[in-house]
Amino acid sequence: MTLYRLQKLLYELNRDRQVQEAFLTDLEHLLCEYQLSEEEAEAIRSDDVGKLYILGVNGQILMHFAAWRGYAWDAYIQAMKDALAEHGQVRGGIYAAVEGGEGGAV
Amino acid sequence: MSLVFAGIMSHGPGMTARAERADPAVREPFYAALERLREELERSKPDALIVIAAEHFANFFMNNMPAYAIGMADEYEGPIEDPEWLRIERRSIPGAADLSRRIVGKVMETVDVTYAEEWKFDHGIMVPLNFLTPRFDLPVIPANINCQGPPLTPLSRAYEFGRAIRAACDAAPERIALMGTGGISHWPATPNSGKINVEWDREFLRRWSANDRAALTCYSDAETLRDAGQGGFEIRTLTAVAGACEGSMGEVWFCEPIPIFATSGFAAVMDLNAEAEARAA
Repeated sequence: MTLYRLQKLLYELNRDRQVQEAFLTDLEHLLCEYQLSEEEAEAIRSDDVGKLYILGVNGQILMHFAAWRGYAWDAYIQAMKDALAEHGQVRGGIYAAVEGGEGGAV
Repeated sequence: MSLVFAGIMSHGPGMTARAERADPAVREPFYAALERLREELERSKPDALIVIAAEHFANFFMNNMPAYAIGMADEYEGPIEDPEWLRIERRSIPGAADLSRRIVGKVMETVDVTYAEEWKFDHGIMVPLNFLTPRFDLPVIPANINCQGPPLTPLSRAYEFGRAIRAACDAAPERIALMGTGGISHWPATPNSGKINVEWDREFLRRWSANDRAALTCYSDAETLRDAGQGGFEIRTLTAVAGACEGSMGEVWFCEPIPIFATSGFAAVMDLNAEAEARAA
């Protein structure tokens, strides 16, 4: 259930400028509203796109979030590769890596 | 008047966001095929363009996910993404609420479609519009098939959705163009982004061009995920266009892998004239 709430936070963040403003001005309050696990909250606090990928955030939601947080394309892809090497396979959703995350246009 | 144009094309955000990184030997003929699509679309003199897309959580989420949705507004906005990232300026796009309402009403006779009077376009619509209607001045009716949040609608139903849209277009006096956008095989937004199953893409487009309903709708989701990645679920949008053009054959103008776009660049059209001539005969 927390993955659902984590994705909902990112979904609303991606499309709602008021939520973006709340993210920038009172992040802890926003995180509290969505009742995230500490692991999820810390991944958000630290802009850890790779960890969010491993936690199972839908790749399309995460791609928009990464762009908003200023990740350049190669850095975004590399963050997922690095997290895969560090944490292992994606834990939920349909965006699991294949072939050990090899390849990719970086 | 019904359909005056029907085609399909890829919509990867890299097509605008990372254009300069694609191999020019492939990129330029791909863009030329898109330019040809634009010219053909304009030649058909449409009053409105229905875009069947697979949105990426711009409007719909798992709290209330419609299998099928059609926009019903006079104005939309996009892109939802950072405009500097997508390299498409955020803007208002004209809609056609009255025509939408009639189409939705007709589609509802066979498909329980959701309607939406608010809709934010993401790259799935904005990238195609950027190439097809670069002035963003043609009224657009967005349609969506959920390809992101399983359970997903069966392919056979996506084909039927297309047939329902066609019936609705047949009942309208306006000249309507139809465009399906999505990827074929791809593993976007993963560490494998850029992986493409070229043979699978060509076989899918062969089936699409033949408008082989049975062959288009026989892929299981497990097979698609295995062979074409989670991005392959977007074939629903392309299959819907085939359904809208049942009885027509298609022609593939371009299909080549462009890894930095995370998908094959492709462009294809249905030959509606042949179908009309067959009907008349």
